[in-house]
Amino acid sequence: MGKNIHTVTLDSENCRGCIACMKRCPTEAIRVRNGKAKVLYDRCIGCGECVRICPHQAKLPAYDPFNVIFDYKYKIAVPAPSLFGQFNNLEDVDLVLNGLLEIGFDDVYEVALGAELISAKTRELMALGALKKPIISSACPAVVELIHMRYKGLADHVVDLVAPVEVALRLARERAIKAGIPAEDIGVFFISPCPAKVYALKNSMTTDGPIADGVLAISEVYFKLLPVLPKIKEVKKISQTGMLGIRWAASGGECLGIDNDKYLAADGMENVINVLQEMENGSLSYIDFVELTACTSGCVGGVLNVENPFAARARLRSFRHKLEPMRNALKCDDYEEKFFHWDHAPEVKDIDKLGEDFASALKKMREIEELYSTLPHIDCGQCGAPSCRAFAEDVVNGDTKLEMCTRIQAMDELFASLPQTNCGKCGQRTCRQFARNVVFGDTVAEKCPYSKKNQK
Amino acid sequence: MSEALRLEFNVAGNNFISAGSASDEVKKTLKMLGIGAQFIRKVAIAMYEGEINMVIHAGGGRAIVDIFPEKIKIVLQDEGPGIPDIELAMKEGYSTATDNIRDLGFGAGMGLPNMKKYTDEFLIESEVGVGTTVTMVVNFI
Repeated sequence: MGKNIHTVTLDSENCRGCIACMKRCPTEAIRVRNGKAKVLYDRCIGCGECVRICPHQAKLPAYDPFNVIFDYKYKIAVPAPSLFGQFNNLEDVDLVLNGLLEIGFDDVYEVALGAELISAKTRELMALGALKKPIISSACPAVVELIHMRYKGLADHVVDLVAPVEVALRLARERAIKAGIPAEDIGVFFISPCPAKVYALKNSMTTDGPIADGVLAISEVYFKLLPVLPKIKEVKKISQTGMLGIRWAASGGECLGIDNDKYLAADGMENVINVLQEMENGSLSYIDFVELTACTSGCVGGVLNVENPFAARARLRSFRHKLEPMRNALKCDDYEEKFFHWDHAPEVKDIDKLGEDFASALKKMREIEELYSTLPHIDCGQCGAPSCRAFAEDVVNGDTKLEMCTRIQAMDELFASLPQTNCGKCGQRTCRQFARNVVFGDTVAEKCPYSKKNQK
Repeated sequence: MSEALRLEFNVAGNNFISAGSASDEVKKTLKMLGIGAQFIRKVAIAMYEGEINMVIHAGGGRAIVDIFPEKIKIVLQDEGPGIPDIELAMKEGYSTATDNIRDLGFGAGMGLPNMKKYTDEFLIESEVGVGTTVTMVVNFI
């Protein structure tokens, strides 16, 4: 898998080198170096937290510009159901689908349709008892990356089903080919709520080529749709999905499609991590199915949306009485088993492991511990690492220098101004200890009668 | 420098907020040492159960963990009420937890049996009025 496209890139002109993104990153994948944020892509799971938190809009989520669709003669829109949550007073999802045809697309294929098919497949596999419980959903690519990176012991609980969008993209192309459109004319475009899905699809290939010809941001498509929607006179029937497919857009929506009450749905990175920790301890063994989404409220919380996730979720809920629960327009039996499954598990670096073997890892761990014990433990971030512990690790790995710690620096400066005679008049055993205690606020500099600073 | 690492923890009693922090720390350490995920899983389950037991039944205690290249040894010591009938306590489903604690989702009577199930060596010594010591070993090979 060629991982050449990243979820986020940095706009270094806008980046002020503040520590907002670094402190928020759930896998400590950001450092501030030379006054700019730097993403350590080995550790990045593509959750989009840094894009959301950056006060200077310096974190750019990856997606293709809308105009890429015009490179193809036959353009198919594949919208995520989150798109429907962006509009106020939307009575009918068909209005939005008709709008997509107005803004330049020739055909529309709903991701929700793929979602209903994946739900059906999940039910089938669960009924067969073929999955290891608690079963973890594979729908959120950031969560799947996180599990393979830090919770490997749970990797065999992740159901190896492809994401609904992948199903929808393949079926969209297949339908156009069956209709006699030349393959080279067809462009299939996912309209995405988040950069993690962009990344997952850009790095995902079939034997015939890429699954998606482009991945567009809901936010960009939204502004194209806004002016055309009120002008649509006649709304054609296009949608083939029921509420269950569409509900996948919000946390807990996937669970409703599995026909089993023993489920758990958690959203937001912090909550996801807590659930994974508990699963590792074996304390969720009474749960059959676990749905984890990196964004608050689920996919409607993705950073490429326009609307507040809670509002979007409320809007999706308001469709409920207007739509059938599920239509299951597609049947699992019509597709080969391998159509539904990953061809391989994600290849992710083990970021926790400190060394190639036990002895070298232990040696490094001791060095880190020793250094860490001398640090202030205030996690101020001034050194460019998210925590004192991460800083200690970076220093031991040779990625940064100890002097980057402002407290250590202040301590060294103060120590240089002391007589270094360890006379003990300040009440401390050594001048070094005195300097340390002054910087950490346990004593005051005036206690040393000989300090050059005090004699000024 | 020896080829082993010792970690020691004080486990606070009746504190469900910090409960599990010792096993989380051990888990994290094993990941850093590159121990296989399948072994970490066993250690996590056994140690978490043991830690929770000390929180619920014994008003806390101490955990002493020695990590070697080929195995981990976990000793959980408490000065709690002790277990009058160890054989009975080892039965699946047997529990002396109060309703209050069961409401929190603990006390299903699977603690000790699970600890035994997930470890390669399991020894429990207890004296009423003195305390309980559980010694567990998980091999990494």
